Amino acid sequence: MLSRWIDHTVHLLLALCVVITILTTLVVIVLLGKESILFFQQVPLWDFLLGTRWEPLLEPKSFGVLPLVVGTLKIVFGSIVIALPLGLLIATYLSEFASTRFRSTVKPVLEILAGIPTVVYGYFALTFVTPIIRTLFPDTQIFNAASAAIVVGIMILPMISSLCDDAFQALPGSLREGAYALGATQFEVAVQVILPSAAARVGAAVILALSRAIGETMAVTLAAGATPQISLGFLESIQTMTAYIVQVSLGDIPADGIEYLTCYAVGLLLFIMTLIMNIIGNHFITQTRKLHL
Amino acid sequence: MKRTQRKRKEQLFIWICRAATWSAIAILLTLLFHVMREGIEWLDLQFLDSFPSRKPERAGIKSALWGSVWLIGLTAMISIPLSIASALYLEEYAPKNRWTRIIEINLANLAAMPSILYGLLGLAIFVRYFDLESSLWSGSLTLSLLVLPVVVIAAKGSIRSVPLSIREGAYALGARRWQVVFYQVLPSALPGIMTGIILALSRAMGETAPLIMVGALSYIAFLPEGPSDPFTALPVQIYNWASRPQDEFHGLAAGGIIVLLILLLTLNAGAVFIREKLQRYKS
Repeated sequence: MLSRWIDHTVHLLLALCVVITILTTLVVIVLLGKESILFFQQVPLWDFLLGTRWEPLLEPKSFGVLPLVVGTLKIVFGSIVIALPLGLLIATYLSEFASTRFRSTVKPVLEILAGIPTVVYGYFALTFVTPIIRTLFPDTQIFNAASAAIVVGIMILPMISSLCDDAFQALPGSLREGAYALGATQFEVAVQVILPSAAARVGAAVILALSRAIGETMAVTLAAGATPQISLGFLESIQTMTAYIVQVSLGDIPADGIEYLTCYAVGLLLFIMTLIMNIIGNHFITQTRKLHL
Repeated sequence: MKRTQRKRKEQLFIWICRAATWSAIAILLTLLFHVMREGIEWLDLQFLDSFPSRKPERAGIKSALWGSVWLIGLTAMISIPLSIASALYLEEYAPKNRWTRIIEINLANLAAMPSILYGLLGLAIFVRYFDLESSLWSGSLTLSLLVLPVVVIAAKGSIRSVPLSIREGAYALGARRWQVVFYQVLPSALPGIMTGIILALSRAMGETAPLIMVGALSYIAFLPEGPSDPFTALPVQIYNWASRPQDEFHGLAAGGIIVLLILLLTLNAGAVFIREKLQRYKS
């Protein structure tokens, strides 16, 4: 009798813990939504989404989020330009050419790059990458998009190389053997057979890495500056969505001021962008995994 | 195209791939070497045993170090039972239907959510709504939410890999479900779960943005005595020093980074040790 009672209680207690985990998501959505609604009561949605001036802390205030979005996209673009080719080459080498011993030593070493705290990357960008860029291009500003984009690229590199390596490894061996039997070289197999066959999962890896780059906070706060602006250059100071949220929270924010609410409006936009990318990326990965089984 | 030409192309390509792989390792070494070179001269006992100061030569990480220890301890206490319980329920009790699939997708998305959004969440709920202010409670509850999905996913994988025969054997001997779960499944999955927990906690230890959001102050000249005290943490202190223009403070930041990396390395080595032990035990 006691045993059966325990059985039911345990079942209930465990279920309760799951509910807490699930509640987190709901609370995030409700909360971001609630504070954002307060914000949008004061600022029209279209002014927010399409406005080209972001000056919420200075009079006259202006709440166009596009400069922050452009800043974020610059970091995302710059980092993927670095991480994608490098990551693909590394994944090809580890999966197709390297010995198993080399592979099993190098993979964990690359994971270390992913485990280093982002504030360390920020420090590295500020004190190592930026001085190098400034010797190459003397008119670079101290805070610039380029150095932040480079370190964010380094940060997402292990993610791309490891996911692509998994994708290549999941392909059946017969695919390679068929190509070799037809006389293809290793280069031709890697580029014309393996890469196209794994394209869906490589795409998923890129999307997940992009979402990681969008949400990156400390490196861009430290290295990319605090100047929200729409421009094309990588050598000047910018501000990303995440860096803005940090900047506001570093000052004392009054709980009912518009500055506090802007954080949540920007946060909501960030949440939507990363959520969509994560859903697409994870969907692709599980779908293709089923395909190969 | 001639065969020799194609062969040459192949060799060139393999060399480029090899160079790319080594360059990634070189980047890692450069980063570590740079931090060591900048920070090693600041690293001494006085640095570990002093509070932050406006004078670089007298500044240290005492309060930050203790803040981080408090934070990780509290986070572990909150998140470990919750995440193990959730994973056990999802793997051992929950029926496999549309709802559990939605929960699984939800967990994957939570694990990939930018950490600063957890900061916004902590600021609005723990700091403002529950009025915990910028205390260790706010910080560790926020970090707990952050590590929860990561640990649940790891624990689920580890529980799933426990062979079915163990469960069947226990049921055959007349055990009830909770006895099977707690006496058989959990002990055999525990090493894998521990590895996941340690890796997630080491991620939490390096998190900066959510702590800044909940208001971890960077000038704290006392040690926290309980979970309701204000605090600072190692990454926050590093950020504070790195964001100042003077070179001396950059040196201090590098010194703090060395301490942080040593702590993370110790944690990760622990995780690897547990995994190795488990593999030997299984085989």
